Amino acid sequence: MRTIFFILQKEFLQIFRNKSMLPIIFVVPVVQLLVLAFATNYEIRNLSIDIVDHDGGNWSQQLKGKLLSSGYFTLNRQTTDKAAFDDLEANTADLILTIPRHFEQDLVRGNEAKVQLLVNAINGSKAGLAAGYAQSILGDFNRRIRMEWLALDEDDAPSHFDTSFRYWFNPGLNYKFFMVPGILVVLVTLIGGFLSGMNIVKEKEMGTIEQLNVTPIRKFHFIVGKLLPFWIIALFELAFGLTVGKLVFNLPFAGSLGWIFLFAAVYLLVMLGLGLLISTFTETQQQAMFITWFFLIICILMSGLFTPIESMPGWAQKITQFNPVAYFVKVIRMVMLKGSGWADIRQYLVIMIAFAAVLNAVAVWNYRKTA
Amino acid sequence: MEPIVVQNIFKQFGNVSALHDISFTVAPGELFGLIGPDGAGKSTLFRILATLLLADKGKAMVNGLDVVKDYRAIRRQVGYMPGKFSLYQDLTVEENLHFFATIFNTTIKENYDLIRDIYEQIAPFKTRPAGKLSGGMKQKLALCCALVHKPSVLFLDEPTTGVDPVSRKEFWDMLQRLKEKNIPILVSTPYMDEATLCDRVALMQNGAIMQIDTPSTIVSQFRTKIWAIKSNDMYRLIRDLRAHPEVQSCFAFGEFLHVTMTADPEEVRSSLTTGGHTGLVIQPANAGIEDVFMSLMQAQTQAV
Repeated sequence: MRTIFFILQKEFLQIFRNKSMLPIIFVVPVVQLLVLAFATNYEIRNLSIDIVDHDGGNWSQQLKGKLLSSGYFTLNRQTTDKAAFDDLEANTADLILTIPRHFEQDLVRGNEAKVQLLVNAINGSKAGLAAGYAQSILGDFNRRIRMEWLALDEDDAPSHFDTSFRYWFNPGLNYKFFMVPGILVVLVTLIGGFLSGMNIVKEKEMGTIEQLNVTPIRKFHFIVGKLLPFWIIALFELAFGLTVGKLVFNLPFAGSLGWIFLFAAVYLLVMLGLGLLISTFTETQQQAMFITWFFLIICILMSGLFTPIESMPGWAQKITQFNPVAYFVKVIRMVMLKGSGWADIRQYLVIMIAFAAVLNAVAVWNYRKTA
Repeated sequence: MEPIVVQNIFKQFGNVSALHDISFTVAPGELFGLIGPDGAGKSTLFRILATLLLADKGKAMVNGLDVVKDYRAIRRQVGYMPGKFSLYQDLTVEENLHFFATIFNTTIKENYDLIRDIYEQIAPFKTRPAGKLSGGMKQKLALCCALVHKPSVLFLDEPTTGVDPVSRKEFWDMLQRLKEKNIPILVSTPYMDEATLCDRVALMQNGAIMQIDTPSTIVSQFRTKIWAIKSNDMYRLIRDLRAHPEVQSCFAFGEFLHVTMTADPEEVRSSLTTGGHTGLVIQPANAGIEDVFMSLMQAQTQAV
């Protein structure tokens, strides 16, 4: 035990002497939270729209007014078919609404009129949202026309039902409440996965392991001594990030912080095990970094942080069952937004313990074989 | 009990035979040198003795402990200085020393006698990161770290490589003083002139030991007459001498060429003069370890 203590002492001395380490610990989380939380914005506002109005009547004016006053669309310009299409190609317009000639006439006479909506689908999710917003506005407009036409007030209207809905767990649909916990997971993952593996490989790269091996230090001491500092730092980072999240974004803490830290503590064992495993088959910090990056980028992209796991294809969903990042993203959101407790996270914690056990066992086994 | 016993060690790396049938023993309090060029297998031998590498065949004992079975006990007792600087460059002199003392469960104070002479030389820089020390200082620090737990055997792998001549001399003076404290030392070096500072040396080349003896015996047993030759055009002289049928070997040695030959020197002189050499000097020379080494090396190469 004393030996581990001396190694820890040395490690912290080196970590805090490293000029890039303090910025990594204090600046990176703040920057990640402040920049990423605002940048990974899924609300689409200010979609630029070109309107081609061949009718120019009262109804088309009303339709335009309704679209533009919704807050989702800003008028790029009102123009001709050709020019509008050019705008779409030049990426200056996200969508084109074409109101045909005789729009009003058709509406009055034939009880039916058509408008055309062209959406720039280079960015699929943006296009989907743009079309969705536009359709709901057009639908609303449609209903109002019919009521006005029939000169009915709401109460006398033909029977229809109104859907009223409320977003549970995040009533204001504040995407930051959703993103910030996820970004914290990424942060903890980077420290646990990257820095730990690199820290072990550094001893090999600098040749210091050659000297260390001819001392009474046992492999167990060495591994624990090298990994434990990052376990501590990552948990500290989580606390620091949560504090920043609370102060800046007023994050809700529906559930107990204790569950988050308990889960993070076990989750970090998984990440440290990954770092250790990678360190056993790499010789330089650069190699370790590239391999870790390869695994982590997959884990993070497939974690449900940016895109919901439910919308992934079936095979990808199966893969995410082996992705520790996905579990932590899920659990931290459950606890913070929904107030989940022991009963809800228990099964995930068990899975995480199993991951930690398997990964560390493989890593230690491989370490013995190579070292 | 002999502190270091090496018996018929073999080690192969792929097709390269790094060590071939190595055997020797080091007596208590002896300063034993492994002399040989880069690639002779010196570091491989050190790594086997320091329990970092397993030999393919053969047996090695340190303080009567087997390097394979009792590696854990050996690691407590030996001081090892790897060929490559292996201390923490981002820790200061003091912190490095403190760290290595503590992991051996001791303190700097406890064994200060042993390191005092050396540590005093680097003490003015004790708050400087080890990475910022000069080559000679680094080696002194590494020696301190290898000594701080009062080892009963010292392994020093090329401690003076990349060190300036003054620091090299200081380093060897320190080794002599350590010897007085009765610590057996196994040291390797590619510098032939350092061989004479050892009690006994093993001349190594291509993974094999060519000769083991005291430096003076090795030199005195060398029967071949050595001639030192120089002229105004050394480059042409080397070529002409090597082309000469009666010259056995010819190597540059300072400002002279050291030459062994079967012919009479006067005969060689006349043939060189007719060859157009001016300022010719031919005189007998005392053989050094280097001459022995060169001749043994040539014999080994011819045998292969």
